[in-house]
Amino acid sequence: MHGLANPARFLRIARWLMPLCLSAGLVVMLGALGWGLFFAPAERLQGETVRIVYIHVPAAWLGMAGWMGIAAAGFAELVWRHPLAGIAARACAVPGAVFTGVCLLTGSLWGRPAWGTWWVWDGRLTSMLVLLFLYFGWMALSQASEDSNGGQSRAPAIFGLVGAVNIPIIHYSVIWWNSQHQAPSITMGKSAMAGDFLWPLLLATLGFTLVFAGSALARMRAILANQQAEARLRRKALNEVYRTP
Amino acid sequence: MAQAGRIKAKHQRLVLLAVALLVLIGAALLAAWALRNQASYFYVPAEIAARPPEPGRSVRLGGMVTRGSLKTAADGVTIAFAVEDGRARVPVRFKGIVPSLFVEGSGVVAEGRLGADGVFQADNLLAKHDENYVPREMKDMTRDQAEQVMRETK
Repeated sequence: MHGLANPARFLRIARWLMPLCLSAGLVVMLGALGWGLFFAPAERLQGETVRIVYIHVPAAWLGMAGWMGIAAAGFAELVWRHPLAGIAARACAVPGAVFTGVCLLTGSLWGRPAWGTWWVWDGRLTSMLVLLFLYFGWMALSQASEDSNGGQSRAPAIFGLVGAVNIPIIHYSVIWWNSQHQAPSITMGKSAMAGDFLWPLLLATLGFTLVFAGSALARMRAILANQQAEARLRRKALNEVYRTP
Repeated sequence: MAQAGRIKAKHQRLVLLAVALLVLIGAALLAAWALRNQASYFYVPAEIAARPPEPGRSVRLGGMVTRGSLKTAADGVTIAFAVEDGRARVPVRFKGIVPSLFVEGSGVVAEGRLGADGVFQADNLLAKHDENYVPREMKDMTRDQAEQVMRETK
């Protein structure tokens, strides 16, 4: 990881890794969605609405993974002062929030025909909504601390670590408490989901994850480029100040 | 010397942060433990049987629809069924349209109140899907047969 502390070296790797992640991710994602939407069978009770799962579950995973990325980056920033950590956290925030929103929307669309309601305030749905609000709060805090002192604030890193408490709560909400949402179908080593659903779902998860990684890398490059441009402008402005008599 | 000082500061931060995280996780676990009853979305029949809510108070009842208990009244929209959790069974009455996933042997969450006669009067029914995903082609098999097929194809 410290090999990547040099932004120039990171940029050299990201230059080919980003398009690779994005293109491979798009191919895998579209293939898996095509499989899930057109070839996978309908479910015994849910019927055709089961197909929402191929978007819902990868989105839920990436919404939580995005925050785990923010928390891990916060840890690296607080302990090792890693120069890319803050940038990585900011790059994870927007895709993480988008996927959390997609998870909530697709879940709501599925809940209407399956459960008979768009929304209930049970443990799983509420904790996932809290995650979305945590993302909004984190983005506002990171923006504010960047504006005030050039991205040197540790506040977003601390917020990211504290907010990570919500991640196990989301996961265990359906195990600890009675809830409207079902228990996890896929747990360590076994699946209550027939292979007909499981394989396209795993493939879709892989595809969405690659797309997430690609967009996070793209955003890191954009933030680094912005910082370089700003530094250059500042240097130029300083030179002009000194040149004037 | 300066190098040694820097590494020490790094270790100090690591230890401080690890302790802070441990305290945070402990606090979160305590909070979740305290919420273990309050944060549940519904009561199961055993809880209703052990400590019945006072009649007229709005509660949610969740469990499995007992097989063979579902009866439709002569008016066609009033249904009666029982909800069980393996330990207790609560009779339920409901008038209205049921969600499509509402079937015998499947999960249900009923919103309503316990009547004085011990029958749960539901205002609203929500179907609950379980964690099992079975293709439609297997729906005519019994659950055991379907699980057998799933084991073989896995």
